[in-house]
Amino acid sequence: MSKCISGKIVYDGIAVGKIYYYGVKASVVKRSKIDDANAEIERYKKARDQAIDELNDIYEKALVEVGEANAAIFETHAMLLDDDDYNDSVYNIIETQMVNAEYAVATTADNFAKMFSEMEDEYFRARSADMIDISERVIRVLENRKEDEGLTSPSIVIAENLAPSETVQLDKSCLLGFVTHQGSVNSHTAILARAMNIPALVEIEIDPEWNGKMGIIDGNEGIFIVDPTSQELDKYNKKLLEQKEKQQLLQQYKGKETISKSGKKIKLFANIGNVSDVAAALENDAEGIGLFRSEFLYLGTDDYPSEEEQFQAYKTVAEMMAGKLVVIRTLDIGADKQVDYFDLEKEDNPAMGLRAIRLCLTRPEIFKTQLRALIRASAYGNIAIMYPMIISVDEVRRIKDLVEEVKKELDAAGVGYGKFSQGIMIETPASAVISDLLAKEVDFFSIGTNDLIQYTLAADRQNPKLELFTDTHHEAVLRLIKMAIDNGHKEGIWVGICGELGADTTLTSRFLEMGIDELSVSSSFLLKVRRQVIEGD
Amino acid sequence: MKTFNYTITDEVGIHARPAGQLKKKVKELGIKAVLGVDGKEADVTKTLQLMQLGVKKGQTVTISVEGDNEEEAAVALEEFFKENF
Repeated sequence: MSKCISGKIVYDGIAVGKIYYYGVKASVVKRSKIDDANAEIERYKKARDQAIDELNDIYEKALVEVGEANAAIFETHAMLLDDDDYNDSVYNIIETQMVNAEYAVATTADNFAKMFSEMEDEYFRARSADMIDISERVIRVLENRKEDEGLTSPSIVIAENLAPSETVQLDKSCLLGFVTHQGSVNSHTAILARAMNIPALVEIEIDPEWNGKMGIIDGNEGIFIVDPTSQELDKYNKKLLEQKEKQQLLQQYKGKETISKSGKKIKLFANIGNVSDVAAALENDAEGIGLFRSEFLYLGTDDYPSEEEQFQAYKTVAEMMAGKLVVIRTLDIGADKQVDYFDLEKEDNPAMGLRAIRLCLTRPEIFKTQLRALIRASAYGNIAIMYPMIISVDEVRRIKDLVEEVKKELDAAGVGYGKFSQGIMIETPASAVISDLLAKEVDFFSIGTNDLIQYTLAADRQNPKLELFTDTHHEAVLRLIKMAIDNGHKEGIWVGICGELGADTTLTSRFLEMGIDELSVSSSFLLKVRRQVIEGD
Repeated sequence: MKTFNYTITDEVGIHARPAGQLKKKVKELGIKAVLGVDGKEADVTKTLQLMQLGVKKGQTVTISVEGDNEEEAAVALEEFFKENF
């Protein structure tokens, strides 16, 4: 019987293969009495020095395999094992309790891990795992155990949790993917999975009994299948093959210019929803960021994000994109999103409610905090600010007044900023219809097709029953797009598409004919769209 | 004794790796250095102690240097803080 479990996606892709269970090495350390404390301390010192040597070796190895940034952790581990307090604690436990070194190390590890786990800051809390990791190594040496070398054939590695030193030591040529119970999207394991380009899922309860069975990671859907049926195996082997072929096929479009046969150059940008998405955008050759959704800063927190927090996020992306355009969309939420601290009244029809720019203009203090962060970040790269859900010229003027206010305040405070452009989303029928007037006010248009479709067709996109009635290629939508492009060009501004239609390669040629200047799509679609622009007719 | 103040600009604060390098630096200089923040202190050669202070970006720390050539050592140490924290 196949078993299908959902988890959280850390890195996408497909993997099919035998499951290898990486057992918890949390060796149960026995406490035993010793007679000679000095000899026991010497035994500890020898083991510790060997552990440090091992770590330095792993560091050298990791340096070559996964790069300096990912390897640094092992150098740090070696330094931590050399810490006076750590060592004094071990000596002290051996001497005062007359116990074995293994027990003294385990107790010391627990104490330090507990101290770190109680700290406020997330970075320091995470160091708790490092303390356990370095101590496990010393205990293993003390017990004369070799490191696990069980992974000898290509496998999907499953584990309760993987310490960084464990992940990097696994033979890379045998690694098909990771599935773990613990670990977050930002854990070392996740970073290594990305660096190694293999699918990884977390938050899946691991059963050691799965060891040796066949498994499938569907990192696109976030599913782990144990003991798949032959139909499932066929299906995923096919997908795996497709994935490989596609990747190979698409790789040849890396580094190429996005120019159509008729000579029209398209700006091919990426949509991102978080700072960490930049890596995938760059990897897939994004020529800029066409839509950076700022909602991630507001969702999943208990309070409004501070100006500083926002500034750091925008600045980081601007710097990572190194002078390429980064279009950041201001807050786009409404009553349909669970953000308690906004204290939004329940609405019967939130899609048409107090949302996005309407919310921002109703609560200018929140909006100005975001504007300040954005404008400050403009000193660090090529930033464009984009306003969502616009329906009138008056709104745009009010926004621009606020922007001027913020600039004056920054000037008065002596805070620097750079040049930035301002544009709007064309996602309401109203904005498309008056795009001739709006084009005089802004530097660019970006067409948000998802909302434009739902508002134009009066068809709720959340309601699956309406799919039948939602023709995403509806002539009305395409005419509105054309209208926005033409009106934008009359005023000499660029016009792009950042909604899902932008990645719909059956429409790419049509958009090119209409004269579109920019297409912004999810990173995984970048090369596909580039191929369509270059090869399409 | 020579002291100087420094405001942390590193995103993560006083984190493990540069803290370990700081220890090397202080040993190299052959001095004793204590870092104080919010009424708490740690010997900077004790990496774990130092990390337990949980010093974050924006906090100002006071470093007191004692030993031979403490003037020069303090200058060198301040330079190290600027580069690493």
